[in-house]
Order: sequence, then structure tokens, then C-alpha cells
Amino acid sequence: MSAPVAIGVDAGSTTWKAVAVDAEGVVVASLVEPADPRIEEQTARGLLALRAQTGAPAETPVGATGYGRKLVVASRALTEITCHARGAFTRMGRAGVLLDIGGQDTKVIRFGDGGEVQDFAMNDKCAAGTGRFLEVILARLRVSYDEAAGAVARAVKPVTVSSTCTVFAESEVVSLVARGEPLEGILRGLHQALATRVASLAGRVPEGRPLFMSGGVALNRAMVQSLGEALGRRLEVVPSPQLVGALGAAMSVLA
Amino acid sequence: MISRRVQYELAGRVVGPALMALQGAQRSLRGRRPRPDGPFGPPLEAGRKLKELMTVQYLQGRYADGAVPVAWATSGFPVEALRALGFYVHYPENHGALCGARRQVPEIAGVAEKAGYSADLCAYARTDLGSVLSSVTPVGRVPRPDLLACCTNICQTVLYWYRALAEHFKVPLVLIDTPYNYGEPKPHHLAYVKEQLAELVQAAERVGGRRLDSGELVEVLERSRQGTHLWRECLATGTRRPSPWTGFDGFIHMAPIVAMRGTEECNAYYRLLKDELEDRVARGVGGIKNERYRLLWDNLPIWYRIRELSTSFAEAGFNFVCTTYTNAWAETADLIRPEDPGGSGAEAYSLVLLNRDLPNRLRVMKGLAQQFGVQGAVLHSDRSCKPYSIGQLDLKERLAEEAHLKVVLLEADHADPRAFSEEQVKTRVQAFIESFA
Repeated sequence: MSAPVAIGVDAGSTTWKAVAVDAEGVVVASLVEPADPRIEEQTARGLLALRAQTGAPAETPVGATGYGRKLVVASRALTEITCHARGAFTRMGRAGVLLDIGGQDTKVIRFGDGGEVQDFAMNDKCAAGTGRFLEVILARLRVSYDEAAGAVARAVKPVTVSSTCTVFAESEVVSLVARGEPLEGILRGLHQALATRVASLAGRVPEGRPLFMSGGVALNRAMVQSLGEALGRRLEVVPSPQLVGALGAAMSVLA
Repeated sequence: MISRRVQYELAGRVVGPALMALQGAQRSLRGRRPRPDGPFGPPLEAGRKLKELMTVQYLQGRYADGAVPVAWATSGFPVEALRALGFYVHYPENHGALCGARRQVPEIAGVAEKAGYSADLCAYARTDLGSVLSSVTPVGRVPRPDLLACCTNICQTVLYWYRALAEHFKVPLVLIDTPYNYGEPKPHHLAYVKEQLAELVQAAERVGGRRLDSGELVEVLERSRQGTHLWRECLATGTRRPSPWTGFDGFIHMAPIVAMRGTEECNAYYRLLKDELEDRVARGVGGIKNERYRLLWDNLPIWYRIRELSTSFAEAGFNFVCTTYTNAWAETADLIRPEDPGGSGAEAYSLVLLNRDLPNRLRVMKGLAQQFGVQGAVLHSDRSCKPYSIGQLDLKERLAEEAHLKVVLLEADHADPRAFSEEQVKTRVQAFIESFA
């Protein structure tokens, strides 16, 4: 393992992520934890663990991103938009359009040949179409992401879930279950509803531009598939999609 | 009636100015407070005069009913005939902006919501109706109207809003209905608006109790034309580098052209402001200290966040050198021809930005971008102002493709902070700023 020279922290709304990278931008260690509202404490604890694991000295520069970025003691704090673009570019090595579905934000980021942000769009003030939407409803149905992926694949046909509002969709799903609709079909309908919502945000993605996906929701295979269907395009999931923001933050402080 | 008139005149001519002079004296006794080491250039001296002008205007308004005929008018209403007939004109939208800047909208609009008005209505409408129902206002007192003057050139909401006011106050409502312009204006549309302008005069004469003197109308029209022209010249100083002021200053200083159009006080104020801006240009004084990037703002301001937003942009070296909103009050100056009040009035008031289609909006924005040399644009998607916000996603794409601007959309509301999501806006603003690095 080569020595880490930079650390990136992504203090998101749902999860806290950190990576340590070597001089080539290769991730040598990483941590993912559920987000603690006491961001400063969580960061101090997490960084200590990461340093202990990798032997990184205390003065290793830290780049921060995510909603809690300003509460992280860091050499540099940048938005998730800039960091996800940089992280995805580091991993994929070419320009493209990135869909990042995080806990409470869905972003569509167009970045250029140097990983620089050219344009971006985000969901509005409502959390419909974000990771939280799936999380709340899957929890309500007591289904894990992995189970959901399997169930969606098995579904014969989707049951339409018309609401993309997290609160209303939850009650809609409960009444669908009560009506005896098959769980697989409901789950597929849910994924489709979310995918349609994100696809409308993505708007027209120019042909010929590779389409990438990052964020925790990219770990959900069923969602990746539904999104691909909604967009009519193949999606490439950036490896370790949950760590892309933290990787970008680390790259921003890499000398 | 006579004593009320005396009070009204005293408020405008003696008490208001005396109060402002007293405040000025107190300020100079205290000495000038050192300006915090912020990112802005020195404050505009004209700002004091503006405050005085608007304070006196509202102070006089307190004593207007019973002294002179009072009209409440929409911001885009052809106000000239009312002025020529001696009306005091109150602008609920300007009052709403004031409530927004003072962060009083949730309290006042809440009264209207409780009375059954939907929270999806424009915050200006809710604030006005809430203020009417509760008498809560930051200006002390608003005069009761004798006439309601509504023009649909800015939106259709005003029609229903003013009908609710007419029902409440049991006073006549004059409506100037301006058909929306897809492409160039149609002659029969303009003829229709012209006819309504003639009817407006008759209605206002009945309420005002006197005949309109056509000579006086021509004078007011000439002042309106000049005022709009002066405002345009003030805005044009923003083309210089650095711009001597910021677009956010423009939002504050637009009050007279909206609420006092057609008066000599309005024009005198803009002569003063123009002189100061031109002097700043000559001395190279900028609205912000370090102008690195120049931006265009679209839609109304976010009144309750002006300071915070302008500071975060200014700290990073970004200045809003032009806005479509302030420009909208400078666009139609040349259309007013005092010798043809009806015909030119119909044109000037029909062809305002919000009464024209999206291709025109794009043309105006691209024109401003080129004239003011901007590198990016911030489009405020304003929950309260649907006609201004519809189409912004397309405008964003077209501006990026055709004018090569970086563009960001901010979702907020011009007056209601309950529709403002602090962290999300901050992230967008910061990411937008980072994208220029």
C-alpha cells in the first residue's frame, strides 16, 4: 500500500464518507458511516481511524465536501457538485454527464476534459427523486436494497405509483400493499417513478456524451436499470459510487 | 376635508422633510460609522435621499385619504392620467417588497392564508390582502382607496387580487386588460387597450371629481418618459468596468420609477443618482471592490436575502451588472409620445417584458448579456411569480448554447422566506462560483 498524501471527507445528509488517496489518486483506504448530526465529532473520530489504518501523518491535507463541509476542519471545502465531477473524472478518465443521486439531492453534472464543471442542475426544494425517497419507502416495506433489486427483477409488471412526493408515496404504497398488489410490482413501480423524475431533471443529455452515475443510490442495481430505461441510454456506474464525492474532495487538495 | 388636506400637505412638505433632516443631523452628530471591511465599494450617497423620498411618500400616504383621491395601482398600471387628476397612488407591490425586505411577510401573509387565500398565491397578493385584513404594515398606515387600478400586463393574478380588494373596500375597479403578445403586437390588441385607456379617464374623473386637463396629462407623460429615460441611463452605467454599482443596488433604487413614475421628485432623484454613478465611473469606483466576473440576474430579487446573496457573490468577485427586472422599467421609454397619450400609452404598457413571449425574453437577455459583457447568469425561479419563472429551464439551455454563459437556476420566492431553502441555495451558489475557477 502506497502512503496516502491526501484525505477527502464527504459529510453528506445520510452518510459520512472519507477516503485516503496516494499521489496517483488511487484510494488506499476508505470509511462509510451513517451520518451523525454531530459532524465535527464524527469527522474527528473518522479521521483518527483513517490515519491509524493508513499511517497518514496528522498534517495530511484534508479536502471537505457535502452538506457538513463547513463543519469539517479542512484545507479546502468545495461543493459536492465540483467534487463529484472531479471524482468521477479521476475514476473514468474522460468528460461526461454524471447523475449523482444522494440522500437529499439529485444532481446532473456535465463536466469537461479536465473534470471541470460545465453545467449542473439539481432537484428543487423537495426531496422527491432523491435517495431518501427510496430509503423511507423501502424501510416502510422492510425491504433492503439487495432484496429490492431482486424483487424488481422478478416483477412481472410494474404497479403504477403515481406520487413522487416521499410523504404521499409512502401512504400510496401502504394502500397498494393493503389492496393485495404484489410487492415486486410495487417496488418496480417505485423505481420507475423515481427514475422518471430523475430523467426529467437530466433533460436532454447530448448524444455521444458518456453517462455516468455516482452516489449511494448507484449501489442499487434495480435503480441503475430503471434509470437506464427511463433515459433510453446505458449508464456506467462509477466504481465505488458512494465514495466519488470524497475522492473529488481529496483530489482538490492533492498537490 | 380642508384640515385633512392641510395635514396631507404638511406631512409631505414639512413634517417628512423635517424628520429626515433631524435624522440626518443625528447621524452627523454621531459621526459616520466606519464601514465594515466588506467586499463592496463605498455606499451610494444617493441612498439617503432615496430613503427620504420613500419615507416622505409613505408618510404623506397616511394622510392621503380624505385629502385627495386615492388609487391603489399595480406596478405596470398606466398611472399618468391618475397623477394628472391629482390622485395619491399607493403601490401594494412596492409595499409588499418593503414587507419582504423587513422579513414581515410570514406574519402578514399568514393573516390572508388564515382567511382562506392559498399559500400558492403570489406573496405580494397575500401580503397585501393580509395587511388589509389586519392593518399590519411597516409604514404606519396605508390610505384607504377610492379607486382600484389594475393592469394585467404583469400577470393575471392581479385581476383576481384587485377584484378581492374591490369587494372588500366596495370601491370601483378599473381594469386595463392587455392581451399577451406572441411576436409583434397586433393592431387590434393595441386599439383595444387604447379604448380602455379612454374609459379609465372617465372612471378616474368620476372618482376624482374633476375633468382631466389634457395639458396636465401631457406634462405627466413627458415626466414619465424622462424618468424612464433617466433610469435607463443610470442602468447603462453598469456597462462600464468596474460597474459603479451592483444589480442589487438597482433593486433598491428602482422604487421611485415603480412607485413615483410621472412625478418631478422621481426625475430629480434619478438625475442625482445618475450624476453620482457617472462620477463613480470617472473615478473608477466600483459597486464591489474586486470585480472579476460580471453576471446577469433574471426575475425579481429575493428581498429578504439581498444582503446575504450579494455578499457571497461579491466576496468571490462577482457583480450583477444588469438584471432583467430593473431593465423592464427602462425598456419602453421611447414608446411614450406625450402628443399621443392613448396610442403610445397602449404600446408602452402592452409591450412590457412580462406581457411578451419567451423568444422576446431570450432576445432581451442575450442583448443585455452582450451590452453589459457578462459571463454568467443567475435565473431566480420565483415561486410567487409564475409568468416570470415559466420557461426558465429552456432559457437556461439557450443562454448556455447561444450566448455561451454559465447559468444557474435558484429556486426561491421574492417575498416569502418560507419558500426559501437556505442550504440548497447556498450549495447552488457556491457550486456556480466554483465552476468559474
